[in-house]
Amino acid sequence: MLSTRTSRVASAVAKKFQQQSVRSMGTAKSFHLESPNNKAETYFDFSEENYVRVNQVLQKYPDNYRQAAMIPLLDLAQRQAGGWLPLAAMDKVAQICHVAPVRVYEVASFYTMFNRTPVGKYFMQVCGTTPCMICGSEEIMQTIQNHLGIKNGETTKDGYFTLLEVECLGACANAPMVQINDDYYECLSKDSMIELLELMKQDKLPEVGKWGSLPMNGQVSCEGPLGKRSLLKPPVPPKVDPERFKAGEVDPASVKTHMAY
Amino acid sequence: MSLISASRRAVKAVSQKGIRSLSSGAEVLAGSGTYQGLTDEDRIFTNLYGEQDWRLKDALKRGDYHMTKEIMCMGPDWIVQEIKDSGLRGRGGAGFPSGLKWSFMPKETDGRPSFLVVNADESEPGTCKDREIMRKDPHKLVEGCLLAGYAMRARAAYIYIRGEYFNEAVVLDEAIHEAYDAGLIGKNACGSGYDFDIFLHRGAGAYICGEETALIESLEGRQGKPRLKPPFPAGVGVFGCPSTVTNVETVAVSPTILRRGASWFSSFGNENNRGTKLFGISGHVKNPCVVEESMSIPLQELIEKHCGGMRNGWDSLQACIPGGSSVPVLNKAHCDEAIMEFDDLRSRGSGLGTAAVTMFDNTVDMVGAIRRLSHFYKHESCGQCTPCREGTSWLEDVLIRMEKGDADKREIPMLEEISRQIEGQTICALGDAAAWPVQGLLRHFKKDIEDRIDDPSSFDAEAAFQKSWSGDPFDNAEWTKEHGGGLTYAS
Repeated sequence: MLSTRTSRVASAVAKKFQQQSVRSMGTAKSFHLESPNNKAETYFDFSEENYVRVNQVLQKYPDNYRQAAMIPLLDLAQRQAGGWLPLAAMDKVAQICHVAPVRVYEVASFYTMFNRTPVGKYFMQVCGTTPCMICGSEEIMQTIQNHLGIKNGETTKDGYFTLLEVECLGACANAPMVQINDDYYECLSKDSMIELLELMKQDKLPEVGKWGSLPMNGQVSCEGPLGKRSLLKPPVPPKVDPERFKAGEVDPASVKTHMAY
Repeated sequence: MSLISASRRAVKAVSQKGIRSLSSGAEVLAGSGTYQGLTDEDRIFTNLYGEQDWRLKDALKRGDYHMTKEIMCMGPDWIVQEIKDSGLRGRGGAGFPSGLKWSFMPKETDGRPSFLVVNADESEPGTCKDREIMRKDPHKLVEGCLLAGYAMRARAAYIYIRGEYFNEAVVLDEAIHEAYDAGLIGKNACGSGYDFDIFLHRGAGAYICGEETALIESLEGRQGKPRLKPPFPAGVGVFGCPSTVTNVETVAVSPTILRRGASWFSSFGNENNRGTKLFGISGHVKNPCVVEESMSIPLQELIEKHCGGMRNGWDSLQACIPGGSSVPVLNKAHCDEAIMEFDDLRSRGSGLGTAAVTMFDNTVDMVGAIRRLSHFYKHESCGQCTPCREGTSWLEDVLIRMEKGDADKREIPMLEEISRQIEGQTICALGDAAAWPVQGLLRHFKKDIEDRIDDPSSFDAEAAFQKSWSGDPFDNAEWTKEHGGGLTYAS
C-alpha cells in the first residue's frame, strides 16, 4: 500500500518535471529516477574482456589523475550495459577512479552522450542546429515522428527506436543528418529517411561507407553531390628543398635531458 | 581582385557606421595583398576527398614524415620561429598567432612535464573540417603532434576528439598505433632521440569542451566548465602542468609549413591572414562541400567556384554566417564584397571563426534561424556563469515569440540589452558567442522583426519551413564508383 503510494507520488513528480521546460542534458532529466532495473543495489561489473580495456584506458593518464579515465570508462560501461548507464555502473566507475560517486553522477548528467535511462536498439539522434535546420532537419524529424508515432525524446513501444533531436554533430556540409548509434547517415531526404527506418525495422541498417559515414544521396564523403572541383590531378608529394635543414645542429635528445624527461 | 579595389573596399567597410569591431583596438589590414587562385600543387590536404587510403603507406606517398628528423634537428626554437614567420593563425576560431602561442610554453622545466593538447572537439555549428583531416589524413595530425609537441618541448600529446566522432576516433587511434609500430612516435620518435607519446581521448558530447580550459577540465574527468584565466594553460594546464591547447587543423598543417618553408605558406592570402584554409560550406548551395582554399578568397568566388553557386542564383542570397555559428550573420550587401579572412570579416562586424560558411537563401526565415541558434547556446551553456545560463534562455524565449510576431516593439532594444549584458560578462567566450548571432540579427534583419510584430499574419510559416536540401541531385556516379569502395548508398 505504502509502496504504491510512494511510486504514484514519484511518477506525479516526474510528470510535473516533464511538463516544465527543464534544461535537459541528453535523454534523461538531471535527476535519478528509481526504477526496477535501475536501483543502487542493481549489479554491475565490467566483463573480463572490458577490464582489459579499463586497464588500457587507465594507462593513458598520470597515476595521480585516475579521474581522467572517467569519461572513457563511462562510455565503456554504457556500451556494456546496452546503450545506457544504470546507477550501479556509475558507482562502479567511481570505485575504479577512486572518487566519490557524486563526482561521476555530475559528469554523467553533464554530457549529452550519457543516457541515464534505457534507449532503443536504434538510437537516432537528429542534428537540429541551424545549418541542418535550413537544410530540412525539421522535415526529417517530422518524417520520423509520423512514421514511428513517437515524439522527440521517446522510445517506441517495441523498444526498437529512440528519437532525439540533438545539437550540431559536425557534419554540416552533409546536412541534414542523423546519427544512428555510432554511425552518421547524411544527406538525407524524406524518402531516404523512410527507407532507412524500414531497413532498420528489418534489422538491415546499411553499413557505413568507406569513410565511416553514409551519405544517403550516393556521395562518398565531403565532395558534394556534383563532385569535387579541386584536386583534379593525382596528388604529388610537395617539393622539399633538403638544403633548408642542413644547418640543423640541435640534438633532439638534448631537449629531453633539458626538460628532465 | 586588384589591390586598389580591395583596399578601397576595406576602407568603405570600416567607415560604415554601426559596425562594431569584435575586439577593440584591432588594426584593420584587410585588402593589403592579393588573392590568386590556389593550385593543386599548393594544397596541403591532398587526400581531402579520399581517393587514397588513410594508412601510413599512402600517407608516406603523400609526403608525410619526410625529413621529420632533420626538421627536429633544427631545434624547437627554429620551428617556432618558422611558424611565426609563416603567419599561421590558429584555425580553431579565435585566430591567435600560432607561433606566438607555442612560444609561451616554458623552455626550462620546473619539474613538471609539458603537454600538447589537440582540440578535436569540433562542434561549432557549420564546422566539419577537422573531421575530414582525422578520417582521411590522420597521419598529418600525428606528425603535426610530434613536431608541434617537440617545438613546445612537450612530453606527450592528448588529442581530445568529440565523442560523436566514433568512426573518426577509430581511424585516428589506428593511425597512432601505426605510427608507434613504425617508430615514428614513442621512444626515439623518427630516430631523432626524442621521446613523444600521443594519447587519444574521446569526449562525451558537450560543445563547451571546445573551449580550452573546459577541454582541460573535461580531460581531467570533470564537468566541462571553463576555468578562470589566469593562470593560463601554458602555466597551469592539463594535470597541473604547462599545456597548450590547439586546433587539429593548426597542428596538421604545421609539418607541411616546416617542410616547404614559411615563405611558401605566407605567399597565400593578405597580410596578417596568411596561408591556406579548409572551408566547410553548408546551406543552400548547389554543391555543399569541404574544400581547401587560399585565405582572402572572396566569398562569392568561393561559392561559385567550389559549390556551383547558390541553388537559386547569387541574387537569392539572403544572408551568410561566414565562420561558424558564433560569428554574427552578414547580409547580402556584405556578402557581395566579403573576403574570407580574419580582418576583412572583422571589419564587417563578423569574423572568420572556423571558416565554416553557412549560406541562407531568401526562403529562410532569419528570425527562426537565429532562434534555433539561441536554442543551441541555451542547451550548451555549462551553467557556471549566471549571465550566460539565464541570458541564453531569455534570448531564446524572446526570439520564439518574435518569430511568431507575438512581441512588443520595445522588446527589440531589450533583446539587444540582454545580449550586451551577457557579452563579456562570463568566464569563457560562449556567452559572447550566444550574444553575437542575436546582435547580427538585430543589425541586419531588424525590419523583419518589426514587420512581423506589426502584422503577425504576414509571416507565412509554411513557406519558411525548410524542406530537406543536400545540394543538387546527385550527379557524380563515375567518380564515386571509382573511389567509393563499392560502399556508397543506392536506394
